[in-house]
Amino acid sequence: MGVLLDVKGLRTQFFTQDGVVNAVNGISYTVDEGETLAIVGESGCGKSVGVMSLIRLIPSPPGKVVGGEVWFDGRDLLKLDDDEIRQVRGNRIAIVFQDPMTSLNPVLTVGRQIGESLQLHLGMDKQQARKRSAELLELVGIPTAEARLDDYPHQFSGGMRQRVMIAMGLSCNPQLLIADEPTTALDVTIQAQIVDLVKKLKDEIGMAIIWITHDLGVVAGIAERVIVMYAGFIVEEADVREMYADPRHPYTLGLLGSLPRLDADRPERLISIEGLPPDLIELPKGCPFYARCDYRIDHCREENPPLETVGRNHRAACWVDVKGVAA
Amino acid sequence: MTDNNNGSGETLVRVDGLKMYFPITSGVVFQKVKGHIKAVDGLNFSVQRGETLGLVGESGCGKSTTGRAILQLYRPTAGKVYFEDIDLTLMKGEDLRQQRRRMQMIFQDPYASLNPRMTVGSIVGEPLEVHNIAKGPERRERVQELLKVVGLNPYFINRYPHEFSGGQRQRIGVARALAVNPEFIVCDEPISALDVSIQAQVINLLEDLQAQFGLTYLFIAHDLSVVRHISDRIAVMYLGKIVELTDRKELYDTPMHPYTQALLSAVPIPDPRIESQRKRIILEGDVPSPANPPKGCNFSTRCPRVMAVCKEEEPEFRDAGGGHFVACWLYETVPSQYAAQEQVAVAN
Repeated sequence: MGVLLDVKGLRTQFFTQDGVVNAVNGISYTVDEGETLAIVGESGCGKSVGVMSLIRLIPSPPGKVVGGEVWFDGRDLLKLDDDEIRQVRGNRIAIVFQDPMTSLNPVLTVGRQIGESLQLHLGMDKQQARKRSAELLELVGIPTAEARLDDYPHQFSGGMRQRVMIAMGLSCNPQLLIADEPTTALDVTIQAQIVDLVKKLKDEIGMAIIWITHDLGVVAGIAERVIVMYAGFIVEEADVREMYADPRHPYTLGLLGSLPRLDADRPERLISIEGLPPDLIELPKGCPFYARCDYRIDHCREENPPLETVGRNHRAACWVDVKGVAA
Repeated sequence: MTDNNNGSGETLVRVDGLKMYFPITSGVVFQKVKGHIKAVDGLNFSVQRGETLGLVGESGCGKSTTGRAILQLYRPTAGKVYFEDIDLTLMKGEDLRQQRRRMQMIFQDPYASLNPRMTVGSIVGEPLEVHNIAKGPERRERVQELLKVVGLNPYFINRYPHEFSGGQRQRIGVARALAVNPEFIVCDEPISALDVSIQAQVINLLEDLQAQFGLTYLFIAHDLSVVRHISDRIAVMYLGKIVELTDRKELYDTPMHPYTQALLSAVPIPDPRIESQRKRIILEGDVPSPANPPKGCNFSTRCPRVMAVCKEEEPEFRDAGGGHFVACWLYETVPSQYAAQEQVAVAN
């Protein structure tokens, strides 16, 4: 399958009173057509900022994409003017945000909010847009869809609102859906509903998905490929099975070890990663994970390791061969 | 720690028919009560000294309200809460305040539960002050000692909460709860607001402190993996009621209530090999409103194994054998008039 999105050396900074925050520090990756890519990491690791930079949704000031290229459909999205990017955003690339409570407009009916992009991007008139909106709500599993078009967001539950958001995202048949922690605010049984729905829709529509999350459990169920981010860098990238079976970066190892698992008997203790992520204003000279790493050597403090191939479709940024040390 | 129960067999807290209703009012001056939100609706359980009882359920099921009603932060609408042999619901004023020394709470949100204008020293030292435990240099010394116990630098005593990260703040909250040497701590989603790698730090800390001080925890959370890790026994709540209560292993190996089964199947396991083969029980619809719970079993509107009786009569919460409590008609003798309907349904 062809490459749909090609991100090269993307860098995003925020210029604040306290200094320059290095949120995303030169990340490169690709997304194939119809592929589900998960980007995982903890809060503040740059996973959301990195993806919002692609579609130019970084508030500026204080934020600014300071470098890199984003190739989509033969064009560099970062070089498009405002009108051109608007043609892409919500149309070819759609977004589902984390919080279904705040990302819908409370004073507009759901039907109008879904219809907006249909009228704007596909040039439908009101009747057509209404009909298509009802079809979309049905597609995402909202019962009596037609009747609910005239309801306001507060009349829907959290899970239903997220379904509405997904319906809006799908409205223009996007080639790429960006889902920014779409299930984090939901309960597990509702989360299972939404994950199930997105998987089903993906098979039907054949779009690619970038799924941003901090939940390694959800990733295991939905993704084909995984990128792990730390302090604005990609520290590891691999196919999903490979990532869980053979993690090569100490941070990935730590993350997987720190999770209590539903299916495992209670271990003596959880492996915790001691300490805190580095300050993004004053990034350390060497590896950003140095201070918390169990495998560190002196060289790690001096030079930040590049992302290097360690296996088939598997890249990791670490000076140490984690496997060799453990054995 | 082994799989054996940490509990000593001695009951520390016993909850008997606990109900907590919140009135729904209308009108501005003359507030008329229109109905009640039945946040907690008739709970019976006990917590043994030294054990961790996990309380799980989805948002709005009443798990936090239960924790607060036990500590008398809300005065329960009905029912009894016994701490050892003392009925807390009958106590008030100074007597209750004296008892509060023995039970403390750790809150969910480490950003909202610490006063931003107080230093760490005065936050952790406040319980020592209100309970007249220590004064002056002695208090300061005790605070520093507490900070050390929870893994913070005692040198931080003069800093303010904003100078700390989420995980560190939660440690401050834990130090505050420990200040009065309590026997019982209600942990209300203590790690939900934290990142994964920090969660493990706080879970390990809570486990160490339990071993060190012989604490008893009521651990409230929505994350079943975490609850499985930390609890000896687990109670599952749905819409104000406990639907199942048993020891940790039993609950995960042989869940009886259809809600527990669905909940367990919905939890993602961080292993793609296992995930790709799991069969999920996907529940339809949403949780009904606690202001207007369905007739019969609260779960009957979403239950994949619902029967005629479930929509009419409420199942009793009882021991199905070996201390495995469950409230479900599947494990009870269905009254004869419904049994007949059931057979007709099967025949059709």
